Amino acid sequence: MSDKLTLIVFSDNLDKALAAFNIATGAASMGMEVSIFFTFWGLNILRKKKEVSKPKNFIKKIFKKINKGGYDKLKLSKFHMFGIGTFLMKNLMKESNIPSIKEMLSLAKNLGINIIACNTTMEIMGIKREDLIPEVNEIAGVATYLSKAKDSKINLFV
Amino acid sequence: MKADRTLDCYGLFCPMPIIKTGEMLKEMRKEEILEIISTDEGIEKDMPAWCEMTGNEFLGIEKEDEIIKVYVRKK
Repeated sequence: MSDKLTLIVFSDNLDKALAAFNIATGAASMGMEVSIFFTFWGLNILRKKKEVSKPKNFIKKIFKKINKGGYDKLKLSKFHMFGIGTFLMKNLMKESNIPSIKEMLSLAKNLGINIIACNTTMEIMGIKREDLIPEVNEIAGVATYLSKAKDSKINLFV
Repeated sequence: MKADRTLDCYGLFCPMPIIKTGEMLKEMRKEEILEIISTDEGIEKDMPAWCEMTGNEFLGIEKEDEIIKVYVRKK
């Protein structure tokens, strides 16, 4: 049986997401079985740009509007500077041939990485399956994560 | 060194060279040699580590200015 790697992606920063995908795709290319759990802010990475479902709850509705999702909306954890810093960093990444988060997601898919969305976060934030990108192949909770993490040689929280 | 296939990873950074190497080796036959052309210095340490984990044989590197040529034998 191949070695396993489990990652929890809690944050929705561009830099942190990139680090997570680097490790995940690297491990998958080394023959490891990789699962990434996207929870809380991290779930924003897996959201479609446009929301599909509309929550009935008023606060959820407002929150979903403010808490924007989509891999294009991610900000740097440092030097975002109202978008200027993030914009410049994205350009630098492009110049250096570093894959974007979008490219990383399809790379992860091709390498057979398991992309899991946290169901509790979805409930809190009023996000439905149809709000998530098709790359997501599982919606699960803490028990699924723990059963995978228990057998994983590497387990990281980003 | 003579190689059966060449993989161009010019200008690519970690983890792209190892991912592309993995993909390319899948298409190759056992005992064939793959040459990877890279400009990423990290590959000097990464490729032996990648080979150790995947069970392929790291044959060595050749450097020409900024170009690093890495050789791997598929096992």
